[in-house]
Amino acid sequence: MAARDVEFAHLSFDLPDGRRLLSDVSLKVEAGTTTALLGRSGSGKTTLLRTVNALVRATSGRVLVGGVDVAGSDVIALRRGIGYVIQETGLFPHMTVERNVGMSLELAGRPVAERKAKAVEMLALVGLDAGLAGRYPWQLSGGQRQRVGLARALAGDPGVLLMDEPFGALDPLTRAEMQTMLRELLHRVGKTTLIVTHDLEEALYLADRVVLVETGVIVADLAAGEVRASENEAMRKYVAATHREVGL
Amino acid sequence: MSQFFQRYGAQIARLTFEHVWLTGSAMLFAAAIGLPLGVFLTRRPGFARPVLGVANVLQTIPSLALFGLLLPVPFLGDRAARLAIVALTGYALLPILRNTYAGILSVDPALIDVSNALGMSGMQRLVKVELPMSASVILAGLRTATVTCVGVATIAAAIGAGGLGELIFRGVASVDNGLVLAGAIPAALLALCADGVLGFAEKRLAVRR
Repeated sequence: MAARDVEFAHLSFDLPDGRRLLSDVSLKVEAGTTTALLGRSGSGKTTLLRTVNALVRATSGRVLVGGVDVAGSDVIALRRGIGYVIQETGLFPHMTVERNVGMSLELAGRPVAERKAKAVEMLALVGLDAGLAGRYPWQLSGGQRQRVGLARALAGDPGVLLMDEPFGALDPLTRAEMQTMLRELLHRVGKTTLIVTHDLEEALYLADRVVLVETGVIVADLAAGEVRASENEAMRKYVAATHREVGL
Repeated sequence: MSQFFQRYGAQIARLTFEHVWLTGSAMLFAAAIGLPLGVFLTRRPGFARPVLGVANVLQTIPSLALFGLLLPVPFLGDRAARLAIVALTGYALLPILRNTYAGILSVDPALIDVSNALGMSGMQRLVKVELPMSASVILAGLRTATVTCVGVATIAAAIGAGGLGELIFRGVASVDNGLVLAGAIPAALLALCADGVLGFAEKRLAVRR
């Protein structure tokens, strides 16, 4: 599927108890680009991400995927066109790697042979050996699990890829490995990608554009190359806060 | 000993069969009601408290009293076995209902999240993720229900529904311990068997993570 653009238009979201998690967020993400939603825990960046595949329904405002309002779409069709990767991987523990990866094809009613072939293709894409296809998630390392999660998200050839702190639970070495793999992969597949992270380095390394979210409001929206030299007050503070000199 | 078996063997076999039939039918009914109802409660959590409450109360009624209370009910009271099956179904309902409900609710929220994000319909999520993930908990409920049922079914003999309780009641009335044991031992073995088989299935279905 061709990459689709994503647009948030005056989006707000309130919890049932009245707390406001997102406040009048407007943002247009061009098709085929990678945008990082940066911010600390509780900033609302994950909530913002989850409005795209309608796991969260906006209180007011609109989310448009490929120009179509999410609220008016058939939610199942919408979600099948959007890849979703989370920190916990969410691999189905009772299914083999192959079945996990082929799930979007299984849901679309594709024949087994096609699912198997797709799984092998996707495993190769994320740098995993086809021999892992018959394993169960508990037999994999954390990094391998995350790769399988990514393979599953891409197997349905989505127009948009959503990633929520995908490497948050990995050790620094595996994390760096995954970032290298993902960066290369994103360039190759050209999906519209939204990646939620609190890690500035990760955002700069993976994304074309960095959007800083604080208490449900977008406070900075910069090209990745401009972040470090930016005069934007909020971004300057975030950069300073995540950079610490080690006194020896 | 051999004399005892010569005299009572055929009876023990017949009553054991009756016992299995009573519990088996009750379990079928209870599962047919409890499993879908348990799933329904996870979809409409507002109903969970009242429905589980009723099942809970049902469970606390002493079995002998429940059999007695149902006796005057038309249709049910006509045949003792019919009445016994209905009462046993009531007893088996709670563990099945509770475990189905709790089992499905205990599925990792991240898996539910991903299932939805993959574009599963509610039914697909149930069949592909929720039921397999909670199968061992649901089976544990079936196991508890079956073992309870096998025990309570001995009381059904008091209203003439048959089963191994008949030997026990006769033995008690005639102060014949041999007769009591002739009913109690097969009943205990049935319970152990059911427990073993379902316990084995429960382990097999447990998902390793």
